[in-house]
Amino acid sequence: MKSISPGIQPQNHQEKYERTLVRHRRMVRWSRCLILLSFLALWELAARTGYIDSFFFSSPSQVILCFAGMVKDLSFFLNTGITLLETIISFLLVLLIGLLSATLLWYSEKCSEILEPYLVVLNSLPKSALAPLFIVWLGTGINTIIVAGISVALFGSIINLYTGFRQVDSEKIRLIYTLGGNKRDAFLRVVLPASVPTILSNMKVNIGLALVGVIIGEFLAARRGLGYLIIYGSQVFQLHLVITSILILCLIAMGLYRLIQALESYYLRLY
Amino acid sequence: MDEPILELKDICYSYHSLKGETPALSHISFRVKKGEFLVIAGPSGCGKSTLLSMIAGLLAPEEGEILFPQGKPQLGYMLQHDHLFEWRSIYQNVILGLEINRQMTQAKLEQATRLLKDYGLYRFKDKKPSELSGGMKQRAALIRTLVLEPDILLLDEPFSALDYQTRLSVSSDICKIIRSTGKTAVLITHDLSEAISLADRIIVLSRRPANVRCDMPIRLTLADDSPLAARNAPEFAGYFNQLWKEISDEKH
Repeated sequence: MKSISPGIQPQNHQEKYERTLVRHRRMVRWSRCLILLSFLALWELAARTGYIDSFFFSSPSQVILCFAGMVKDLSFFLNTGITLLETIISFLLVLLIGLLSATLLWYSEKCSEILEPYLVVLNSLPKSALAPLFIVWLGTGINTIIVAGISVALFGSIINLYTGFRQVDSEKIRLIYTLGGNKRDAFLRVVLPASVPTILSNMKVNIGLALVGVIIGEFLAARRGLGYLIIYGSQVFQLHLVITSILILCLIAMGLYRLIQALESYYLRLY
Repeated sequence: MDEPILELKDICYSYHSLKGETPALSHISFRVKKGEFLVIAGPSGCGKSTLLSMIAGLLAPEEGEILFPQGKPQLGYMLQHDHLFEWRSIYQNVILGLEINRQMTQAKLEQATRLLKDYGLYRFKDKKPSELSGGMKQRAALIRTLVLEPDILLLDEPFSALDYQTRLSVSSDICKIIRSTGKTAVLITHDLSEAISLADRIIVLSRRPANVRCDMPIRLTLADDSPLAARNAPEFAGYFNQLWKEISDEKH
């Protein structure tokens, strides 16, 4: 056995720790890739050997072909763009209306007590049930789809934000009053800054829900967008198109979520 | 200057719930002179904090009056916890009161900086509250109160959240600061030794419904006026026993 001087040992342990951590991260990354690749390989293999019918189940190579075709005739950009646009507009409006409503509810406890059962009903109602009404009221177009997107996320968002506002330490609010502040000071200087983490986690939920609403809207009332492509593809039995659209949707959902996650970690680094 | 700066006349207050009424304060009257350090002691839950909220004007008494015979003073209130905001630096926390009262003048901001320097926090002015020790945070909270230049300081058990050692040194610091600026102070505590070491006068409240049980001036023979030295004053034990008797009699 070689003897190691005690002065070097801590460094060795630190190095060992770092090496273990790097190895662990690499393992996680490779495992993730492996799952994806083996799924795609199995899928392709099953389709080629006729184990599954590629007419119904498509195959990775056909999805790539279909995607290339969509890029070439620009329908990819048009449809993905419109879905993204609708989702982002819905999301921003939910954020705005949600924050304003939660603020009003916080300002007036009486108001929030009166409105509570209505919010509960609107929140638990399956919003897709309202979509046919939106079509009749607003026609088939981008407005209907944005309203559908808003309706799915809004009420949960209001309840969530209001609850977050209410959970702010009441002694901190008392501090504002002892310094001579009023309710507005209490909101702007305590409730709002203390609720930023709640608002950010709420945004993460909302972006997903807005996308759900937009796709529901596009199923029923659109001539463009990924939701429309999915419905159209299934009606004309072009299942490559359906599956390609679903995969694009996966990527969009992931991308939007990551965007807000980046915003969150930026904020956390700041404070 | 016999005119008191603060006078409570026959204050009554009850807590209400659907189960009924709980009388908390009954017919409390006392006066506070300018520059006096008054400590209100009493068993926990006897309504001391409620009384302080009323003096601060955050709560209205159900009966009785709170008077300021020398005109409405500027009041400063220190809570049990520092409640420094994590999203603000120490400096930004300290000027919170100035922001709220729209007093962000050059002179006041310089005063804030000077107080930070005086109390050894200037080096930490850009730090977040979580990077400071409990005692430093409590001093920062005191500066936040002092920049508004209060005539009367109301202190609601401001040391009770600190560990014993920090508590002794912070209470000593804060006492020195208050005495050197000649401010009037009303402090609440349930710690009798703390009460004797800080006070010019102690008012003992009884259990609920609280009234004034005794009103005792404290005179200690001291070389210097620090609360730590006060604990060694010859009269300390006598006062302690007297107060202890007042409070324990109550329990039987």
